[in-house]
Amino acid sequence: MSVLLNVQNVNKAYGGVVANKDVSLQVKRGEISGLIGPNGSGKTTLFGSIVGAHPIDGGRIQFDGEEISSLRVPQIARLGLSRTFQQTRIFGEMDCLQNMRIASPMQARHFGQWLSRVPASVDRRADELLDFVGLHSKRLLKAGSLSFGQQKLLEFAMALMNEPKLLLLDEPTAGINPTLINGVVDRLKRANEEMGITLLVIEHNMRVIMNLATHITCLAHGEVLASGTPDDVRDDKRVVDAYLGAA
Amino acid sequence: MSFLALKNPREASVMAALTVGMVMAPFFFPQLLQQLTMLWLMVVFALTWDMTGGQMGYNSFGNVLFFGIGAYAGVMVQREAGFDYHTGFVVGVLAATVLAGVVAMVLGIGMLGLRGHYFAIGTLGLGIAAGELAGAWDLIGAGSGLTSPLYPADAAHGRSAGDGGQFFYWWMAGLAVVCFWVSRALYRTRFGLALNAIRDDEDKAEALGLPTTSIKIFAWSLSACLLGAAGAIAGNVIGFIDPKDVAFAGATFGVWMVLMAILGGKGTLWGPVLGAVIFHLTQELFWTYLLGWQRVALGLFIISIVVFFPEGILGSLRTRFPALFGVRVEERS
Ligand SMILES: Nc1ncnc2c1ncn2[C@@H]1O[C@H](COP(=O)(O)OP(=O)(O)O)[C@@H](O)[C@H]1O
Ligand SMILES: [Mg+2]
Repeated sequence: MSVLLNVQNVNKAYGGVVANKDVSLQVKRGEISGLIGPNGSGKTTLFGSIVGAHPIDGGRIQFDGEEISSLRVPQIARLGLSRTFQQTRIFGEMDCLQNMRIASPMQARHFGQWLSRVPASVDRRADELLDFVGLHSKRLLKAGSLSFGQQKLLEFAMALMNEPKLLLLDEPTAGINPTLINGVVDRLKRANEEMGITLLVIEHNMRVIMNLATHITCLAHGEVLASGTPDDVRDDKRVVDAYLGAA
Repeated sequence: MSFLALKNPREASVMAALTVGMVMAPFFFPQLLQQLTMLWLMVVFALTWDMTGGQMGYNSFGNVLFFGIGAYAGVMVQREAGFDYHTGFVVGVLAATVLAGVVAMVLGIGMLGLRGHYFAIGTLGLGIAAGELAGAWDLIGAGSGLTSPLYPADAAHGRSAGDGGQFFYWWMAGLAVVCFWVSRALYRTRFGLALNAIRDDEDKAEALGLPTTSIKIFAWSLSACLLGAAGAIAGNVIGFIDPKDVAFAGATFGVWMVLMAILGGKGTLWGPVLGAVIFHLTQELFWTYLLGWQRVALGLFIISIVVFFPEGILGSLRTRFPALFGVRVEERS
């Protein structure tokens, strides 16, 4: 399998706080990769570095063979690299269908697309994906009126609308009713298998990530602590210590 | 012409009534012609302000700049370019449209990188600075302002003769119609969705790959173009362009733009129209019946708008009766 995302020695500090220190990781095309680590270990910061939300202090990031470390958020997104946010971001005053429409892919330079309505094929895809995440009956409700868990599902569906090559998910199960977690995990797997989307998932819940990912990287204090198969990482004493120490 | 489609019978009947009113009013109330022309100017003010303020969430307190640029550009062309009256007028309106749009684009490149509040504060200075500059620039009359050329038929009989008034009325009414249809068509496109997305969460819009800066600049420039045209027409309606009291009148026109959109309901298509009509009527009534107290009354009126209709009239109605507006709150499969 070829490498889709290649992060090499990335550094990022906020003032005196070193949030990422010499972080390297690879995501292979087609796999589900996991990123774990205690709170404050720099996982969200790494996502921000990858998608261009902030400049990095050092290192290189390649996506699909292209150097992206100096590109900005919309440019990187248009290359097919999307992310969802830990705090969940949707367009609250717009209804779910409108949220899906604006998430649909387009060529930025094709001016006519901006001045025409979103085509019916987009609406059909939006309906399919809203159905996929179980929100079809709420398609005309304001997104801001949905529960937190439903907003997370909507954000996930929006990301799928974008047909990314790589999707970064920041704690997709956090704050979701525990009885619904299996449903989310199942949908992530299906997005990977049926739609061919490569996933890099930040997950706090060890049981969930062991079940989901085929490769896991563990951060602690901004550095890569361990990396390997779920079994390797779970049995790594330093990982266990980091989690127990943080708990 | 799918953008002309009127599927909602309620909207269609309101529109028909307005059109009839717009066409009949100058014949029934010829003595009110100037106030009626100003009514359509107010509609243009509110609609153009709402393109960025309401739909995109970027509150500009400096849009009067584009109106003023349009007023000066239009009248300068009329006075100096040596065309016959009608050609000069049309060329003046077009020049005003283009110049205001270009200025907005240049300013936008500098200012629309700023997020919400910073942008709002940045725009505060625009109208004031322009008023000072215009007041010191001899070429455009400096502090003593500019007089627009007299409409030919009026030149013999004086300004109030009416032919010029009619002419300007139809231009201003036409501009209000153009403004309305441009907004209505635009808000249905992907561009319109993008405006709302920027308003709701600009970081998310960027993360989806939307070219947010270009979208913001385009929206502001479009509203500036329409305001520039309005300035060129209004300069003739008022007849005299004072740098601070007419062209760059931040304390009146500049504030009213914002108020009318908020009064009617910002972020809606009809809200600014409704807000402009109500505001203008109220203001004229205060002026007629509360002379001497009209500014106090206007102030109280403004305060009550903000207190009782924080979402605007249409916004409050929509919250209370969502079904009327095609908004669903109950789920249905
Ligand atoms: N915008 C910011 N400004 C300053 N410090 C930040 C900012 N974002 C994160 N940090 C700090 O960087 C460290 C890593 O945070 P984060 O990446 O959010 O960790 P995680 O997602 O693993 O919980 C923490 O110490 C946090 O306080
Ligand atoms: Mg985090």
